[in-house]
Amino acid sequence: MKFLGLIFGNLRRSKTRTILTILSITVAFLLFGYLAAIRVAFTVGVEVAGEDRLITRDKVSLINLMPKSYEADMERIDGVDNAMHQTWFGGIYQEPRNFFPNMAVEPEELLDMFPEILLTEDEKQAFIETRTGAIVGRTTADRFGWSVGDRVPLNSPIWPLKSGGNTWDFEIVGIFDGAEKGTDTSPLYFQYAFLDEARQYGQGLVGWYTIRVTDPARAADIAAAVDAEFANSPNETKTEPEGAFIQGFANQIGNIGFIIMCIVAAVFFTILLVAANTMAYTVRERTNELAVLKAIGFTDSTVLGLVLGEALVLTAIGGLLGLGLAWLLVAAGDPSGGQLPVFYLPVSDVLVGIALIVVLAFIAGFLPARSAQKLRVADALRR
Amino acid sequence: MAEIAQPQTDDASLVDARGIDKVFKRGSEEVHVLGGLDLQIPKGEFLALMGPSGSGKSTLLNLVGGLDRPTQGTVTVAGQRIDNLSNRRLAGWRARHIGLVFQFYNLMPVLNARKNVELPLLLTKLGAAERRKRAEIALEVVGLGHRMGHFPRQLSGGEQQRTGIARAIVTDPTLLLCDEPTGDLDRKAGDEILDLLTALNQQQGKTIIMVTHDPRAAERATRTLHLDKGRLVTDPVD
Ligand SMILES: Nc1ncnc2c1ncn2[C@@H]1O[C@H](COP(=O)(O)OP(=O)(O)O)[C@@H](O)[C@H]1O
Ligand SMILES: [Mg+2]
Repeated sequence: MKFLGLIFGNLRRSKTRTILTILSITVAFLLFGYLAAIRVAFTVGVEVAGEDRLITRDKVSLINLMPKSYEADMERIDGVDNAMHQTWFGGIYQEPRNFFPNMAVEPEELLDMFPEILLTEDEKQAFIETRTGAIVGRTTADRFGWSVGDRVPLNSPIWPLKSGGNTWDFEIVGIFDGAEKGTDTSPLYFQYAFLDEARQYGQGLVGWYTIRVTDPARAADIAAAVDAEFANSPNETKTEPEGAFIQGFANQIGNIGFIIMCIVAAVFFTILLVAANTMAYTVRERTNELAVLKAIGFTDSTVLGLVLGEALVLTAIGGLLGLGLAWLLVAAGDPSGGQLPVFYLPVSDVLVGIALIVVLAFIAGFLPARSAQKLRVADALRR
Repeated sequence: MAEIAQPQTDDASLVDARGIDKVFKRGSEEVHVLGGLDLQIPKGEFLALMGPSGSGKSTLLNLVGGLDRPTQGTVTVAGQRIDNLSNRRLAGWRARHIGLVFQFYNLMPVLNARKNVELPLLLTKLGAAERRKRAEIALEVVGLGHRMGHFPRQLSGGEQQRTGIARAIVTDPTLLLCDEPTGDLDRKAGDEILDLLTALNQQQGKTIIMVTHDPRAAERATRTLHLDKGRLVTDPVD
């Protein structure tokens, strides 16, 4: 620590160069943090997917509907604790770009299957008892300024009403939060009974099933048993863990995680060159001073440490500044104005960022530090 | 007639270099700088080393100061062989025993005078307050008590060299090695530096080896040796 004065002194030597280097590192880490939040938004659910939950869908296509009667058949299979169905409603609020997921479900089944959906007891009761009632996640409620008691019309291009038209009126009876940070709080759920009675066609059909198994270790066997049950039926099924299902869903919009990784890697490679260049210069123009330090008794390894320390201070200032800015920017809200289901910078990514700071310092500083270490005093003093 | 400086058999010699050869390799070519050189320096001596440019004065100073190792021969300082120490141990030995004064001062431009003088103390176990105190005392000794916060570029050549001397004495070293300490100064500033070195020698008993071109500087020394053809002689060859 007593060498910090020397390290900071050297960084002040060429202020412009130091500031430019720090700024480029800041930008890189800002990008890193912000993109981490975006990646989480797109892969949301994968990490928090219940490992005891499976999803069963039509083998041919996710959009094919299945009979509601499958639920009872599933619940008879050994290892299946409970099964529930969900049906995609595709409802649009005012304009298509206001997209958010909305599904018809059986309220009691939903609340039992997804304990991460947090509602008050009154809200739960209202959801169960109100035929046109709907519960909506905090993210979407905030986005449209909805509160409990509001009447919300949704336009479903998929489901015309028996009474004509496509506009369904719902009453918001509850607004839910997530039990975990990664819980998706963008969907709206309403009663399947209402959908089934009021829609023009499709009676008795549902979209997909969520199954809870008694023993997650046997999940693969149980999934196979479910698919075997419906083999050779008009609707053969495909059953997979919830996490895999969500991942597959996210992959339809491209492998966001991979694209983001590529961008971050390219950016980091660039600033690695910038930082390494700065370090190479600062050591080369200081050959004489480093030799003097050695002459008055600094060991080779202390000099090595000084140069690495300088690289670390450089990347730490830039990196922490960048991560801090990313944190503030992410906290200020998501870039789509609320369309992303969750938007936050996970602590794990901050830790990865801090590790990157150290790695970057080491790689950028290693070669200059080595040459400073190897400098022979008597030779270097003559230059 | 030049006479070869006789090796003293005095065990009390602070510096005892014997049979020193120094050969530099420049590509395939070998440069023999010192050959069969002997040098004994008693404690408390102020020795001036003279000789033409390129005669090997700095090379000899480096060997005595543990900045380099001889090709042949032994160097003993205060009873300890230093020619066979590892780099790491030699660095530690320099920190404890050697104070260096350079022709071009070699101060750290990014540190003020006090911080420059404190540098060698960073290698000791002293706490920050004690380091600061000792640096300030050393600067007082060289007459720069009023310039502690100044950076090297804000100091005159003479003041920079006095800062360099403060840095060299702050650890209270066994030996003070000065390589042309007045070589970059005008006569007045040079005289002040010589006064300072003389005082350190006479009042504090510091053993000093000073390389110089300047006969006036050599006059201050208690003994003068000349390097000639890789050996030391007491009188110059005409
Ligand atoms: N590290 C080195 N590598 C190669 N040659 C050197 C080295 N150090 C000194 N020399 C050579 O040794 C000779 C003596 O140099 P030096 O001791 O600096 O002389 P002086 O100080 O008396 O002017 C010169 O010819 C110089 O070129
Ligand atoms: Mg010289």
